[in-house]
Amino acid sequence: MTTAIDPIVAYAVRGPRPGLKERFRDWLPRLVLAPSFALVLFFVYGFNLWTLLLSFTNSKAFTSFHFIGWANYAKLWNWTFQTDPPSNWYTALVNMVLFGGLYVIFCLVLGLALAILLDQKIRGEGILRPIYLYPLALSFIVTGTAWKLFLDPRIGLERAVHDLGWTSFHFDWVVNPQMMIYCVAIAGVWQTSGFVMAMFLAALRGIDGEILKAAQIDGASAYATYRRIVIPIMRPVFMSALIILTHMAIKSYDLVLSVTGKNPGGAAELPSTFMYSYTFTRNQMAVGSASAIIMLMTIAAIMVPYLYSELREKR
Amino acid sequence: MTITADALAAAPSREPARHSTTTRVIIYGLLIIFAIVYLMPLVVMVMTSLKPLDEITGGNMFYFPHDLTFAPWKKAWGTACVGLTCGGIKGYVWNSVKMVVPAVLISTLLGALNGYVLTKWRFPGHKLVFGMMLFACFIPFQSVLIPMATILGKLGAFGRTLTDATGFSWGFGNPTVNLVLVHVVYGLGFTTLFFRNYYETFPTELVKAAQIDGASFFQIFRRILLPNSAPIFIVTVIYQFTNIWNDFLFGSTFAAGDSSPMTVALYNIVNTSTGVIEYNVNMAAAIIAAAPTLLVYILAGRYFVRGLMAGAVKG
Amino acid sequence: MATLEISGLRKRFGSLEILKGIDISLEKGGFLVLVGPSGCGKSTLLNTIAGLESISSGEVRIGGQIVNDLHPSKRDIAMVFQSYALYPNMSVAENIAFGMEMRGVPKAEREKAVAAVAKTLQIEHLLSRRPSQLSGGQRQRVAMGRALVRQPRVFLFDEPLSNLDAKLRVDMRVEIKRLHQQTGTTIVYVTHDQIEAMTLATKIAVLKDGELQQVGTPYEIYNSPSNLFVADFMGSPAMNLLEARVTGVNGARRVVLERNDHPPILLPVPANADATKLADGAKVIFGIRPEAVNDKESVDRNAKSVATFDAKVEIVEPAGSDTFVVTHAAGKELTARMRADSQVRVGESHTFAFNLDKAVLFDPETSRRI
Repeated sequence: MTTAIDPIVAYAVRGPRPGLKERFRDWLPRLVLAPSFALVLFFVYGFNLWTLLLSFTNSKAFTSFHFIGWANYAKLWNWTFQTDPPSNWYTALVNMVLFGGLYVIFCLVLGLALAILLDQKIRGEGILRPIYLYPLALSFIVTGTAWKLFLDPRIGLERAVHDLGWTSFHFDWVVNPQMMIYCVAIAGVWQTSGFVMAMFLAALRGIDGEILKAAQIDGASAYATYRRIVIPIMRPVFMSALIILTHMAIKSYDLVLSVTGKNPGGAAELPSTFMYSYTFTRNQMAVGSASAIIMLMTIAAIMVPYLYSELREKR
Repeated sequence: MTITADALAAAPSREPARHSTTTRVIIYGLLIIFAIVYLMPLVVMVMTSLKPLDEITGGNMFYFPHDLTFAPWKKAWGTACVGLTCGGIKGYVWNSVKMVVPAVLISTLLGALNGYVLTKWRFPGHKLVFGMMLFACFIPFQSVLIPMATILGKLGAFGRTLTDATGFSWGFGNPTVNLVLVHVVYGLGFTTLFFRNYYETFPTELVKAAQIDGASFFQIFRRILLPNSAPIFIVTVIYQFTNIWNDFLFGSTFAAGDSSPMTVALYNIVNTSTGVIEYNVNMAAAIIAAAPTLLVYILAGRYFVRGLMAGAVKG
Repeated sequence: MATLEISGLRKRFGSLEILKGIDISLEKGGFLVLVGPSGCGKSTLLNTIAGLESISSGEVRIGGQIVNDLHPSKRDIAMVFQSYALYPNMSVAENIAFGMEMRGVPKAEREKAVAAVAKTLQIEHLLSRRPSQLSGGQRQRVAMGRALVRQPRVFLFDEPLSNLDAKLRVDMRVEIKRLHQQTGTTIVYVTHDQIEAMTLATKIAVLKDGELQQVGTPYEIYNSPSNLFVADFMGSPAMNLLEARVTGVNGARRVVLERNDHPPILLPVPANADATKLADGAKVIFGIRPEAVNDKESVDRNAKSVATFDAKVEIVEPAGSDTFVVTHAAGKELTARMRADSQVRVGESHTFAFNLDKAVLFDPETSRRI
């Protein structure tokens, strides 16, 4: 469908001898792209390499280039198994799995449920859909602030339920260090499930209507149609959503800070907050760098195969 | 599998579903319950921001304000304490605006040019270049914080030398300028993605016809592609605006203090634990923070969704 | 007892009436084609027979049984869709067997049935493939296999060939016809292509704007169209329809075609027209198909009534198997189909001959045939 400058046309238009001017014109597109690409190379790939290098040094408050090999990673490795009392890194990893797992699973389930419900040819979709989607427009800080209030036991949910009569209701999760991370998950699901819903709804609507008619004629019940036909067809969308959600979970930083306030006791530590505190507060830059690299590798392990397959199948 | 946001928007013109009444009651019921859950935090936020403090601590968050007051809003805007200074959030809103506008414009324009080059002026290796820029969208920012801080520090030092020499810092070291640089660099991946996908489907025959007519690289861009790019411009601008306005990590790391963007200021207002927590002021500040992106969402929701979809489905 | 009987079927969607009183019956083993322009309601009609859409009033009977309120899967029908509608996540074998699976047929039986159908359609080598790995023609056959395996009372086809390229369309058309002749199944087939209608059908129903224009055999539809629409829609190139006048009284009645620069053509009233309806001076529309307009030598020897006239040749289109010659009469173009080796030249005057056995007259007010 597309070709670069057609050499025959170029020849005809410009004349037989490619002088300096013509060669400049040929290179112009690349020159235009070059600054952006250079910026990305330097600020993204270059910086990642830089951080990687730092992770092999013993930088503390300032950058040092004294290389100490894998020592920082070894430290993190040991901390992974230091469970009693739990090291910050162990807590971060556990929380990552808990938060990430709950976030992804509930976003997928809720998103799918809402999409299927909205696809039932109901009225008022124009009002309902924006309601499920608007949290995406909010900053994570706003979301966290709102939910911190909402789940506050003294003035929020617990109090409201008490006023309704159920006085033994107990919901102090947001101030309970052990349970804080679940509140972060709740806020996260509230914010992002609308997006998953939008993806699934678009996919549902993209299914050829005649397939559903054929299923009707074949005598498949609504349940069988969804289970045997619709959901399997949507598998690629599931994968997309899963990958995007996982990637968002790993990068979560603003949300956990705003829900937990200043993260008392580090109980709601996540790799992102771990990196920040070790680098900028505890002056252990190298350890922070190592944790950042681990985050990067995890995301790369998920995204690179996915991007590669997506890019490949297009051409 | 391709998903289009327009498939999402276009409700199929099929017959109304032949569900039984009980099923329809369940469907609508569930949808309405979810809608309430999604709206509740926002509603509570708004109501709390309009209540005097004793109503909040003494009462139930779901109650309508008894003594409706706009004092919290006035305080949040003009006199609330952000860290040590107590000048309200208004200065920080202006900081955000100063930062967002250039960042959005520059990254969008660059993205448009990049997309143009990548689709209409293909060169060997274009897929690799695009792939590398695409992957840059997904890195965890933790892996670039340290190098970025170092570089910005050096730029700041350079700015000071310039000030000594010429009387101006020429922008070097200015926190707002730093943030603009950061957001442009890390937004390039997304803007390029959006425009590249859009121009991919733009008929190349038009470009070739213009070439035969003798139009130059930039003339084709300006006279043929740009005029037809309104939808993707809107999508990209909205996406970038929302992301950059809502950013917290970069703002808190590179622009702490008086030059903070508004998300950082909000976080500080909410988490400055000096005595009594003024929930109403906090909520008012949060709503002020959320207002611009929410407004954009309400006015241009369709483009907002398209941006999400484009960011979700690659290639 | 007819296999399919539709009586007084009406369908409203809100205030819009999509189907306005349809009556058709189809005997066992018949091939009914519903044909008409886009938006005429033929697909809707098919969907109501299938039960995929509801009807507002009227009855649909299959095998004598009223099926109005029956679920599509209980009407003993099978359907082949325009986009084939194969389940993309299942293999060909699973696609064909899915309906049986939903009905609870045991696995061994299902496999036998699938194998038998695959043999008939020659798709045995495709059974384990996914639809995305098949060509258009192969997918069409799998779709037919899925329908065949059900052994229904009525087969429904919804424009099944529209997505195929021209050559494949012709091949598949022949296959469908052969399948019909071999299995003797009852078929209802929707298409907008009137050639498909003519070649496949035992009975054609022409629809326009939700109304039946005419139901009949292909021969009847082609040679005795009941109104202007049917006359114009069926046949390619289209029937020549010229404004004319009736003159004279009983016995000396003539049909007059006016022409610029030429004396008018006077024709005897065609034999199949009801002369009693023709008053002196009445306006009529004279219809004659291009193959019935010829030169004197090539006109059908068995024709009982032939009229000749001279006219100037305006356009000559050699089409390989025929030559189309265009002239003018009654203010409109008149197309004649001549032999391929005709020596006609543009600008010359030529003697044309009408085979009036094949001519028809229409009332311009009612559009109906006289």
